[in-house]
Amino acid sequence: MIIAQQKPIKEIAAMIADCKKVLLAGCQGCVAVCLAGGDKETEILASALRIMRKLEGNPLEAVTYAATRQCDPEYIVPMDDLVKDVDAVISLACGVGVQYVAERYPDKWVVPALDTKFIGGSTVHGVWEEKCGLCGECILHRTGGICPIIRCSKSILNGPCGGSQYGKCEVSKDVDCAWQLIYDRMKALGRLDKMMEIQMPKDWSKSRDGGPRRAVREDVIIE
Amino acid sequence: MRIQYSPNIRIVEMTCTGNIDHRVILNAFEEGADGVYVAGCLEGDCHFQKGNFRAKKRVNAVKKLLDEIGLGGDRLEMYNLSAAQGPRFAEIANEMTAKIKALGPSPLNSPAGGCCGCSKEGATN
Ligand code: SF4
Ligand code: SF4
Repeated sequence: MIIAQQKPIKEIAAMIADCKKVLLAGCQGCVAVCLAGGDKETEILASALRIMRKLEGNPLEAVTYAATRQCDPEYIVPMDDLVKDVDAVISLACGVGVQYVAERYPDKWVVPALDTKFIGGSTVHGVWEEKCGLCGECILHRTGGICPIIRCSKSILNGPCGGSQYGKCEVSKDVDCAWQLIYDRMKALGRLDKMMEIQMPKDWSKSRDGGPRRAVREDVIIE
Repeated sequence: MRIQYSPNIRIVEMTCTGNIDHRVILNAFEEGADGVYVAGCLEGDCHFQKGNFRAKKRVNAVKKLLDEIGLGGDRLEMYNLSAAQGPRFAEIANEMTAKIKALGPSPLNSPAGGCCGCSKEGATN
């Protein structure tokens, strides 16, 4: 999922300082799962902003809505009525959702409440880690299911580098060396011979090269 | 046992402090409470093992948020006591009332903040 975290509340408040009424739009997708922008977080932020503004003697009316997901424009449509009479929309979605909301309401001030961080998962409740660098051509079948693009600090394709020490990466004693993990797993699988295959330079044209990427499935496009 | 405690406490019952939600606390302040305290079972005595420890973490998170938004985290506290500690319950109620009285009414209740300036505390259990 996409992992995001809420911006400091003072920063969010500053973005809507001149507004009297705002809509806080949550998202029940990834950001709900990573506890940054779901129903609950949306209501907490609304409450906190109302309190903050009331204390400043400049009360704010803050209404809330949580879309099934904001990364599919059709789920933003039900917000139309709520958006009509607000001065701004604070989106608690990832950057994708914020942009779709801004596109749908060209005359509205639309601001992000979250910082979109990375693609990953949770190790335990409340802790998330980065797992994929969205490189555009997955090579996990060559690396024992461990991503060297994002989990190796240098994105090395033929690791480890000389900085690998007792299983840790040289950047920090808290970071596992991805290539040590790959070696350990390949060994356990009896496939160490695979590691002798030299990985050719990666085709980065499939990554973010030449502007934003698009994915198309002709067979499912509805004319 | 009939023990007197500050009459300005409003008790909000919950099944377990582990069920406490940031929103419940913030809502109490928005509704006019001058202070809020969460009364959980004694540490180690939670029927659901960790409910009161989880509540403590959430209370601390809301205290931090209250500091950030200017209302002040010291208007919120968490206490631990058992259901058999009636006198302690009254003691805590009085202690919290005295503390909030010293802090004064919630600025949310002042005319600028818009309410009647009444003095009441919400208590959750
Ligand atoms: S190899 Fe590329 S697509 Fe696969 S997990 Fe790593 S970054 Fe993601
Ligand atoms: S120590 Fe391991 S993870 Fe760190 S940069 Fe070198 S190969 Fe990559």
